[in-house]
Parts: sequence; structure tokens; C-alpha cells
Amino acid sequence: MQSETVRAAIEIGGIVQGVGFRPFVYRLALRLGLSGWVRNTGQGVEIEVEGEALQLDEFRRAVRDEAPPLAVICQLRAQPVPATGGKGFAILESARSAAGGEVSPDCDVCDDCLAELFDPDNRRYGYPFINCTNCGPRYSIITGIPYDRPATTMAGFAMCDDCLAEYHDPGNRRFHAQPNACPVCGPCLTLMEPSGAKVSGDALKRTLEALSQGKIVAVKGVGGYHLAVDATNQAALERLRQRKRRDEKPFAMLAADLGAVSRHAHCSELEGRLLLGVERPIVLMRKLAGTSINELVAPGNGWFGFMLPGNPLQHLLARGFDAPLVMTSCNLSDEPIAYRDAEALEMLSGIADLFLTHHREIHTRTDDSVLRLYRGEPLFLRRSRGYVPRAVQLPTEQPSVLAVGGELKATLCLTRGDRAFMSQHIGDLKNAATLASLEQSASDLQRLLEITPALVAHDLHPDYLSTGYAAALGLPAVAVQHHHAHMASCMAENGLEGDVIGVILDGTGYGADGTIWGGEFLVGGYRAFQRRGHFAQMRMPGGDAAVKEPYRMALSALYSLHGDRLFDQPLPVVSEVALADRPLFLKMLEKGINSPLTSSCGRLFDAVSALIGVRRRISYEGQAAIELEALAEQGGEVEPYPYRVLEEWGQVLDFAPAVAAICADLAGGRSRADIARAFHRTVARGVLEVCRRLKQETGYVRVVLSGGVFQNRLLTEEVADLLADEGFQVYCHRLVPPNDGGLALGQAAIAGAMQARG
Amino acid sequence: MNDDLILLGHGSGGKLSHQLLDELIIPNLSGVPAAGQNDAALLNIGGVKLAFTTDSYVVDPIFFPGGNIGDLAVNGTVNDLAMMGARPLCLSVGFILEEGFLKSELARIVTSMREAADAAGVAIVTGDTKVVPRGKGDRIFINTSGIGALEHNLAINGAAACVGDKVIVNGCIGDHGIAVLSAREGLEIDSGIKSDSAPLNGLVAELLPLGEALHVLRDPTRGGVATTLKEIALQSGVTVKLSEESLPINPGVRGVCSILGLDPLYVANEGKLLALVAPERAEEALAIMRRHPLGKDAAVIGEVTEASAGRVVMETAVGGVRGVEMLAGEQLPRIC
Ligand SMILES: [Fe+3]
Ligand SMILES: [Mg+2]
Ligand SMILES: [Zn+2]
Ligand SMILES: [Zn+2]
Repeated sequence: MQSETVRAAIEIGGIVQGVGFRPFVYRLALRLGLSGWVRNTGQGVEIEVEGEALQLDEFRRAVRDEAPPLAVICQLRAQPVPATGGKGFAILESARSAAGGEVSPDCDVCDDCLAELFDPDNRRYGYPFINCTNCGPRYSIITGIPYDRPATTMAGFAMCDDCLAEYHDPGNRRFHAQPNACPVCGPCLTLMEPSGAKVSGDALKRTLEALSQGKIVAVKGVGGYHLAVDATNQAALERLRQRKRRDEKPFAMLAADLGAVSRHAHCSELEGRLLLGVERPIVLMRKLAGTSINELVAPGNGWFGFMLPGNPLQHLLARGFDAPLVMTSCNLSDEPIAYRDAEALEMLSGIADLFLTHHREIHTRTDDSVLRLYRGEPLFLRRSRGYVPRAVQLPTEQPSVLAVGGELKATLCLTRGDRAFMSQHIGDLKNAATLASLEQSASDLQRLLEITPALVAHDLHPDYLSTGYAAALGLPAVAVQHHHAHMASCMAENGLEGDVIGVILDGTGYGADGTIWGGEFLVGGYRAFQRRGHFAQMRMPGGDAAVKEPYRMALSALYSLHGDRLFDQPLPVVSEVALADRPLFLKMLEKGINSPLTSSCGRLFDAVSALIGVRRRISYEGQAAIELEALAEQGGEVEPYPYRVLEEWGQVLDFAPAVAAICADLAGGRSRADIARAFHRTVARGVLEVCRRLKQETGYVRVVLSGGVFQNRLLTEEVADLLADEGFQVYCHRLVPPNDGGLALGQAAIAGAMQARG
Repeated sequence: MNDDLILLGHGSGGKLSHQLLDELIIPNLSGVPAAGQNDAALLNIGGVKLAFTTDSYVVDPIFFPGGNIGDLAVNGTVNDLAMMGARPLCLSVGFILEEGFLKSELARIVTSMREAADAAGVAIVTGDTKVVPRGKGDRIFINTSGIGALEHNLAINGAAACVGDKVIVNGCIGDHGIAVLSAREGLEIDSGIKSDSAPLNGLVAELLPLGEALHVLRDPTRGGVATTLKEIALQSGVTVKLSEESLPINPGVRGVCSILGLDPLYVANEGKLLALVAPERAEEALAIMRRHPLGKDAAVIGEVTEASAGRVVMETAVGGVRGVEMLAGEQLPRIC
């Protein structure tokens, strides 16, 4: 049936920028054979499409129904305009971004390239570096601007005649595809022994054989090296765990397709769409009972992290292997992910049996992104490869700021006008290589995005290495309190202005009064805040040691209840402490020796986790709370424990009564899952109670939830639901992580607001 | 926090101390020949080369296992002279006493000062005593100044570290700080941890024959080995790489530190020195130290790896490399 050619102008409002909306529209238009263009505007996205009327109807439906998961469409207005007869579909520069460029994130293979990859008659059949203008590596290989082949790590590869012809042909999908390559002229795979000796034969085939024999293979990906191993092979996993020094961090897995994922995890429709997105993140999904995935992949954890192939090599590996493959970042303890060949070989020679590598250099290291769903919404745990450096829309224009983030999950943020560019996950700055990479990323991003910051924003903590870095830049510096930054981060990505209530449940951050904060009720906006309430303070015996050894927090909580009779309590956590060490622990708590006071919510979760015997020492950040949440998931419908709210100079939310009740329950033999569940519920109730009081005091009904504890799905849902039921407007993170990975955005918004209106 | 006030951290020997010195004290004391960032000033008086230094002692408690404020005041100043490669000659002493302080305690302190001076071979040649009203001081504060003779042409100082140098320490680190902490807080630990308070001039005299190969000597007192090495790295413009596994630490100190969550790298010493020695003479330097009673546990703990803006990094026991920085004041939790 032939229908007439029509053209429509479509305006879409909502969260449609920085979520991959324009590439999505581009692909959709191509799929439906429509011509036209798409561009960002001040209000959202503007599209003109032209083609057959039926296809246009289909386009309007699909724009809503198949939109990228991170997008929120609030309004869609379409009106007919005269057809122009133009050909092709283009992504136009938005008028506003003329002041500076943007850099595309790395992207999975497009459908066209994927078809070629598996077409035996295609000249790029099985070629792991296939790409076109619609897909392939970008941010990780770009070394400078303008984005041209010489300014990428493909500079050293001269195109063959066939590739050059494609590159110069405006009708070709590879017209000006900067990383264009083929087996004749481009990079190729090499399989190596740790000695550097080349393994003969077909590198991919040999790799797949080695994997099926339980070997550990370091695989060079887009943003760095992964360690690949058969996720169903117990012996191989034991070897990997042992070589990575007993690390218990869950491993992510690569599965060939959605069907394979669904055999091992509960994968909802939305989780499927997240997995299938061009960003190819790791998505955490609930484990399925009776899966063939070995327990060692994610011990003590109710969730599996899966990703689908995100580059041609991963497509080839996943299709060639019949079980999911562990694909975990290649690094040692706190080292950043390996991305340079020589360094990977050196760092991993005791870990990997083989190295599958190639000589297309990675310029910018980017870890995999990690998301999970809560209340049917995506939540970033780590925003990195695939999403970076997409801009986040700020509520207003502001002076250009460089924000340097926190310390443990450092990210950077650079702003231009009303756009905020968040960097990839940089990592734990205490590590020397990570700190160097912070400095490198800061200068790279400034150069690539053509932003010269007018000021720098950093954390208030005097000893954060990022603070030292900021001070050395010689720019006007703004020190931002940690939890104020968390609050502003959530406000900024939700486009909020004015004053709100901020519920910041976090690990530890340096407080404005020199104590350690982390369970905070703030009231205010970007320019200023008041601390109107907090969790009751506890000592952190041993400072950072209390973070790595949650049993210390349990002792601290018990000390608050029982004083020096703490070791008389008939609790397992108490008997863990050697008799000889007990007097020293008591003195430490009594005198506060290296035991700073903290109002941290994360430390309270640690205390309870250790108290009920879930986790007394951790091998990765947040483990005690993560496993407590997993246990609570198995709990029944339970009543909350008692707590109290003391009114001092602000609201002090004290869970000591809950801790006492938990001890009694432990003695009474109550199910630990129910205890864990009841504890989660108690914290949620307490938060609601304080918010109620703050609403009475201020009249504010907008509450933003931020801080690392809001990675806890169970708690987040309980808190958000309780607040919403009482008429609060609840705002959560959706574009940046609630943990310190999102801190830089808040710092930037605060510094910008202080400067602009200061 | 109030930026207008002096904080305890300004006396910690860390970042805040350096700030106070660089931003307030040194600029306003211009014209005074400063010691730079070294332990003592070098003077040339009528062709005679001298080292001159001063230090005040306010330690609490004044008596602790392994010593007291008196021998500390002698050893500290002797060591500051020795770290310039000078031979300590004589000291002055100033006492600030609080009304009500026990004469018997003062006698003990003065006696041990005498003994320490004898052991170091220096004379206490001049002094001063003041008494302040009750509550205006804390029992006893002592200041000592010292003069030493520089009898060689070596330029031993914090700016002389070279790429390749080995970093040698003459024994276990952290004893003094933990001994004082235990005494102050009444920790009642029977681990036998004693202050390492000792005069290092004898040991330095044996190292001097290394000549040009001896680049830096520094005593890691307040702020510990971490802070002192960072100062050297900054002064010399180099990167120092430590190896965590090679750090000599008494088991008792290690145990207490691990329970208290303290990093021994930042804990004070009073009888330790760091020597940065050219690699070809490092073994010899180590042997010299190990023959000396104050160097039995000497160890190479790191090396200077490259020129830089001044970094200290440490290869950790699990194989990572972490940066080592000066702290602003106390060790504060940093993990979020
Ligand atoms: Fe935080
Ligand atoms: Mg001194
Ligand atoms: Zn493509
Ligand atoms: Zn080619």
C-alpha cells in the first residue's frame, strides 16, 4: 500500500537530553526510512521527520514506547509542516552548544555492522574492530579536537583503498567514520602468554578454547582490560578469586543475549531495555533460583550483574561461548582498571593465564557503567562507559566550574552554560595511579570540551587528595560540604531550584563542624544550607579501620548502650574480639582515641550487619550493608523497632532503642532475615518522622534523597513510599549515582550558584 | 572552624604547621637567616662553620616509658644538629614551670637531661627559668637550643636527594608516639613499647665517612616517616617510593596501631633517622648502621625513583601503589 509523503515537526519535553535521545531518534528514523533532523533545544528535543504517513504514525508511537530507559517524556506535540523532499536524517548541533563541542560516548556495534560482522561474505566477517559513523569507540580513543582520525588512537593506522573509498563516499555508512578499519588495514587481535610470547593460531578460537578449559584470559575492551573466565567453572573461579587476593566483590558477567540473561536472573522488560541500550551497562538483577552460575561469582549477594556485548570483540566471544563469561575489571585491589598494554601485562602476569590484546590504544580508561532498578526506575551505581561524557542539564546557566568530587569514587564535573559534563569513574584517589588519572582526565576534558573553568569546587575534607589537587590549580576555590554536595547533586539533575529538605544517608563525609557526618537532614538550596537534623552520633573506633571492620561499629553501638559492660553481653560479635584486645577497645571508646564521632547512616548499617553476624569485616566497599540488604529481602512483613527523636539544637534521630531490641531478638533466636527487614523499616520510619517535623517547621514538601546508602533498593523504596504517602514530593537520582560518583555535579552546581549570584 | 585562630593542628608538624610557617611566620620574620626547611641553620662565623637550632618540648605526659620530657629536650636538639651532619657542641635550656609543680619531678627531669647530655657528649652551657601562675601552663615546658660544628664540606640537606638514592631507616618506627599515647591515655598494654628517645650524633659520625654519597639525613619526629619523606620529596623535587613490607615495625606497635586504626607511618619517633644514600654505597651505609647499637634493626625502606614535583608513594602489601601525603592534623576518616 502506497501512502502519501508527509512531514511533521515534533517537540518533546521532559528529561530527553543527556540520555541518548538524539541517537535513538536517529536510529528510529533510519529504521522507518524517514528523512529529517533532530536537535536539542532549551526545552527538550525538536524533530522534523518526513516520509510515508503510516511510517510517521509508527515513529510517533515508537518515540514514546521505545525511548531510552533514562528518558522521561512529559509532553509530545506534533504538527504537520510542508514536505521538503530532503534526503537523509541528521543530528543537528543545538544552537546553544555553539560555544563549544561535545564528545560522543563509546557505543555498541550498530545493527548494520553487527550483520556484517556475522556475514561470511562480508569483508569484515569476524573482524573485531568493525564500526561506522553510527557506532563504535569514541570517547576512549579521542586524543584531541577536532574529532578527526589524527586526533584518535587510530592515527597510526593508514586506511586501505577500500576503507578510504568508504570514508570519502557521502552515501556510505562509513563516510567520515574516524575509526574506520578492516582486516587489511586496521588493528588485529593477538593472543599472548604472560611472558609476552605470541600464541600461534587464530587468536579468537584459541581464546575460546582456553576459556572452556577454565583459563583466565585478560581481554582488552573499549575502556580497559577485563578478566574473562567461565562463570560456571568452580575451579576457574576459585583460581581467579585467589589470584585477586581473596577479594569477594561480585563479578559482572557477559551474556550473549537477553535469553541467556533470563536463564540466570529475573530480567524485567525495563531491565532488558537497559541491557540492550547502546551504552551496554552492567545491570544488577535478582538471581534466579537453581541457576548454573557458580556461587563464587557473587557470593552472599542476591543479585547478578549482567551486560550484553558492547563491542564487536565481546559479540564474537559471547556468541562463541555457551555459558555466560565473567567479565570483571582487570585490576588489583584498589588499582584502577588496566588499559595500557605494557602495564596490563605487568600488573596481571600473576593473575591472567593469557592476554587477548590488540594495538588500538585506549586513550581514556573507562570502567563499565553499573545500574539497578528501583520502583521501576533506573538508578546509577556507577556512570561511566557509554554515558560519559554526555551532558546533564542544569536548572540555570552558570559560570564554568571544574568540580573535583570526593575521594573514593572520584569523578569530575565540568560545566558550560547550563550543561554539566561528568567524567568517567576515576576511582580511589589514595591510589597513586588513580590520582594521576584524575589530573590527566581534568586536563583532557577541558581540552576536548573547550571549557576553561573560572573556578574550582572541592570537598571540605582537608586531607582528600582531590582537595589538594584543587588547591594547586590556582583558580578561585570553593570548598563544599560533602552532604550539601550530595543534596545539590540530586537537586541539579532534577532541575530543582529554591529550597528543599535534603535527606542525605551516606557513609562518612567531613562535616562543617569538623566531625564526621553521614546521616543528615539538611534544609536549603545551592547557595546555603542548614543542618536541621542528623542521626545520633556514635564513635568510629579506629577511624577508617571502622569502615573496613564493621564489628568495630557494632562494639561502638553496644558501648553506647552498655558502657564498659559491653564485653559482658552474650553476643557473637563480642566473643570475636580477643580477650587481650578488649581493654584497649574499651579505652579507645572511653577516651575517644582515634575514634571520631560520626552521625553516619552507613556506619549504623555496618553496626547492625556485624551485630547480627552478616559481615564483621569487609573485602569491598559497602559489603556489610549490601549483604544486610540481601538478607532483609528474605524477611517477612515485620513491625519496625523502636527509635527516638531527641530535640536538641536540631532533630537527633537515635536508633539506640532499635539496637537494644535487635540484641534481645538475637538472644531470643528470631530469624535474622526478619531482624534485618525490621531494621530497614525502622530507619525508613525514623526518616519519615524527622521529615514530618521539618515540614512543620519550614513548610517545605520537596524532599531530595541522596548519599551512598540510597544504593540500597529496599531502603530507598521504603523511604520514598512513606514520604510520598504523606504528601511529600520525593526526588531521587536518575542521571548520576547517589554515591560519591555524583558528588562533583553537586559541587559544581553549588560553586556556580555562589559565584553567579554571590 | 575559625580561620582566625591557631588550632592544635598547627602544631602537628603536618600541612597546617607548614601553612602557618609559610604564610604567617616566615614572611613576617624576614631578615632573619632562616634554616630553610632544614632542621638547623648553617652559619659561617669568622670562617667557622656552625649549625644552630632550637626546639620546644611540651609533651604530655612528661614521664613515659623509655624517657621523659628532659632527655627528649636534649636528644631532640642534638638530633636536629646531627641531621645537618654537624657535631653537637653545646646546648642552652629554658624552663617554663607552672606554679605548684613538684620539685622532686623537676629534679628527675634535670637529672635525666644531664645524663642525656653526657651520653651525647654535649655541654649544657646556659639557661633560663620562668614560673607562670597555676593554670597558665601545663606543669613544665622546656626549650633547648644547640650549636654544632660542621667539620666537612658535604651539603647534607633535604634538597639533596637524587634519583636512585636508597632510603634507609635505622630501626623500628612509631615507638615513641605509641609509648607516649599509651602513657597519656593509660592504655595499660604490656607490650613493652618504649620511647626510642636517643641521641643520633654518634651514629651520624659513623655515617659521615660515606662522604658525597650521603645526601640527606632527617629525623622523622612529629608527623612520622610519612611527613618527613614528603618534606624531603618536595624540597628535592623527586618521587620517593616506599615498600610497605620492608618497614621495620615492632610487633607491639603494629598491634596497637592496628587496633587503634593508626598508621605507623605517621607516628612520631625520637631516636630515628632517615638517610638517603647513593645506591652504590647503600649496602655499606646499612652495614654501618647495623653495627651501631642504635641501628640494629636498620632497613632499606624505599628509593628515589624519579624527578617530580615532590611525591611519596608506597607499594602496599597487596600489590597496589598508594600516595602518601602530609595530613592537615590528626588522622581523620576519609572513606565515604
Ligand atoms: Fe558521600
Ligand atoms: Mg625539631
Ligand atoms: Zn555501525
Ligand atoms: Zn581497510
